[in-house]
Amino acid sequence: MNAIVSFVTGSFLIIGAFLSLVTAFGLLRLPDVYTRNHAASKAATLGVMSILLGTFLYFFLEEGHFNSRIILGIAFIFMTSPVAGHLISRAAYNSGIPLWEKSVQDDLKKAKEERKAEQ
Amino acid sequence: MFELVVYISLVCVSISMLGLIYRVIKGPSIPDRVVALDAIGINLVAIIALISIALKTNAFLEIILLIGILAFIGTVAFAKYLEKGVIIEHERDR
Repeated sequence: MNAIVSFVTGSFLIIGAFLSLVTAFGLLRLPDVYTRNHAASKAATLGVMSILLGTFLYFFLEEGHFNSRIILGIAFIFMTSPVAGHLISRAAYNSGIPLWEKSVQDDLKKAKEERKAEQ
Repeated sequence: MFELVVYISLVCVSISMLGLIYRVIKGPSIPDRVVALDAIGINLVAIIALISIALKTNAFLEIILLIGILAFIGTVAFAKYLEKGVIIEHERDR
């Protein structure tokens, strides 16, 4: 195997694995739903995109197999994972999960109270 | 050497999945569990990519796209259920 191909592909894989470890530690150690969601939806997305890019480069450069499904997968995960994070964070806020007790600012609180007063 | 890198990455992703499973079991609220399940789905994509490198086969690469789509649909359905109480609304219920 060509050493440069091996190095580039392997470094993409290692970066992705490290980012996915970062995701797990973020989910274990951060205090409330919103900060955990912040960790999960960013670090996991970038980590998986990096691992998929490494996989694509491996199959393309090593076996000459251009796999368009991996590119579609990268694009799909890049589009949908932040959207899923946003939706679940919004659902958590609207169903009344409290913020961390040391957080200092809650910009949505006023809008939520106004909406409640209208109903 | 490259094999070793692939196996190290597999071990890292597996450890990360263990941490996420701990959060699914313990998570104090339901959105916590949904966030962790979404991240588990994303990590599963990474595991499939790494395993298809380790086995040197391109037969599993369709599954990557499939799991990505399924994880997104599941998370959206769960978010809608948590927010509104129903997943598919009927027109006449409004």
